[in-house]
Amino acid sequence: MTRILMKGNEAIAEAAIRAGAIYYFAYPITPQNEVGEYMARRLPEVGGVFVQAESEVAVGNMLFGAVASGKRAFTSSSSPGISLMQEAISYMAGARLPVVLINIMRGGPGLGGILPSQADYFQSTKGGGHGDYRVLVLAPSTLQEAVDLTMLAFHLADKYCNPTMVLADGMIGQMMEPVEFPENYAEEPVPPKDWATTGCQGRAPVIIKSLNLDPVVLEKNNLVLAEKYKLMKRDEVRFEAYKVNPKNRILMVSYGTMARICQTVIDELEQENISIGLLRPITLFPFPSKEILAEAVKPNIEVVLTVEMSMGQMVEDVEAAVRDKKPVEFYGRTGGIVPTPEEVRDYIMKILAKETPTVKSWKG
Amino acid sequence: MNESTHAIFTRPQSFRDVVTHYCPGCTHGIIHRLVAEVLDEFGIRGRTVGVGPVGCGVFIYNYFQTDFLEAPHGRAPALATGLKRVRPELIVFTYQGDGDLASIGTAEIIHAANRGEKFTTIFVNNAIYGMTGGQMAPTTMPGQITTTSPRGRNVEECGYPIRMAELLSTLRTPAYIERVAVHTPQNIIRAKKAIRKAFQYQIDNKCFSLVEVLSTCPTNWGLTPNESLNWLEKTMQPYYPLGVFKTPDTEEQK
Repeated sequence: MTRILMKGNEAIAEAAIRAGAIYYFAYPITPQNEVGEYMARRLPEVGGVFVQAESEVAVGNMLFGAVASGKRAFTSSSSPGISLMQEAISYMAGARLPVVLINIMRGGPGLGGILPSQADYFQSTKGGGHGDYRVLVLAPSTLQEAVDLTMLAFHLADKYCNPTMVLADGMIGQMMEPVEFPENYAEEPVPPKDWATTGCQGRAPVIIKSLNLDPVVLEKNNLVLAEKYKLMKRDEVRFEAYKVNPKNRILMVSYGTMARICQTVIDELEQENISIGLLRPITLFPFPSKEILAEAVKPNIEVVLTVEMSMGQMVEDVEAAVRDKKPVEFYGRTGGIVPTPEEVRDYIMKILAKETPTVKSWKG
Repeated sequence: MNESTHAIFTRPQSFRDVVTHYCPGCTHGIIHRLVAEVLDEFGIRGRTVGVGPVGCGVFIYNYFQTDFLEAPHGRAPALATGLKRVRPELIVFTYQGDGDLASIGTAEIIHAANRGEKFTTIFVNNAIYGMTGGQMAPTTMPGQITTTSPRGRNVEECGYPIRMAELLSTLRTPAYIERVAVHTPQNIIRAKKAIRKAFQYQIDNKCFSLVEVLSTCPTNWGLTPNESLNWLEKTMQPYYPLGVFKTPDTEEQK
């Protein structure tokens, strides 16, 4: 295998092609435009299709049509664009369709900014659109992982017939790192797409829909979805433990770019004999709750610290996981500001000195 | 049936042997049948996928013997785009009402037509929102009373009804666009011809095709079925003239 220096957005685009996704529908939005530009150039070379849609609303619905026919198709966008796709994501979740969405997050709310952020955690992991559904969410922290998780996303989408999202921040999209693409990519078999609308020649017609006016039937569909989410929680939880050991005084929980910064802090404090471990969720839904709890309850752990590029979103899942067994602290910056190792370190020192601030009034 | 008799009128194969949910006097059933007949005549049922709307036509998949997708409101042209682009061998049609196509889905239909997507749209215009109980549509006639225009559509506030066939015909990209009606047998025959032509253009992979069909809604118009046919001719047809608005063959190819 050869290592190539690539920009995150382009590496993600190439990874999708390597996973057999040669149908791409999108609308321009910063900071992920390189994905579409790469696809516009590359897809004709591999017999694929690139459509620049009139809006992200249309993108979501073009994907609906494309994946309903059994082909691997995907889009990439950034926060405001993903908001516009929520309609189609909800319909595809209801109709149990495998679609892959790449969200290169920028700061919000509203038009927000174009710099890296992790402010779409709630939207991504809690449903996002209307109705009772979940999206399987994968969060890379390096470009190699962005490549691997993008390829995995197509597999998991097909395995569960469920919308699957690669949730990365603008830093992952914009930075360059060496990456490797697997030479002979092989996947575990996925269920046959016998539900696809490919024309009913020689078989009974197939209908793909989400409308069920009979509440008994609609509830049944929701129960099927709920079973699927249970299976994901049982079989698909992924995380990385970094320097987690019984000496840890603090358990950090962080994902994506933020987790890499936390690793730097952990390495530095290790030199000063302050032992900290990091549990980095790779799947944000399903969330590694059990694993976090198991580490949090260890006797030496004084505090669980969640660090995010948001004002505190994943921390709610961490709090739920820890179940009040240990104090949960939060540090975050948002709006496109990426916390430096120094400020994370300062906050840790405050925690250890029991000087962390109390809640301020919203009026400032 | 004994040997000396034979059926001269049967249900199209593309149509299921079921009773539709449409109100008495509604012409959706006629339009469905015309589409089904055309699919039979071209022998394309087995490679056709329909994309249904939200509105009275939402249950169309219960009546057709073809694969079907149910689109979010107004988005059928986007689904059809995705489907046809990844499986160009399929015959794809959308079936949409006026609330679906001319209000919430205007962006999707205009851009699908402008990209020249090779699918067919059957656009049923009955000047009202039927399924939700008779609210004003962008196609509601001036002065027409609906549940959300109880004093009649006020064009000072709501503008004039949108003529979608004309609007789409201003696009440069080649397309086939015709408006027909189904309130008399002669018009039904013409409508059938237009729908046939629309599918023919798609089979030939030539262009986007759209047939606007003026249709009735006796229930929400508050008229009898016969009065409705009359109202369509006297009130709608003068504002929504029938005819071919655009063909790819007569296009100026500058």
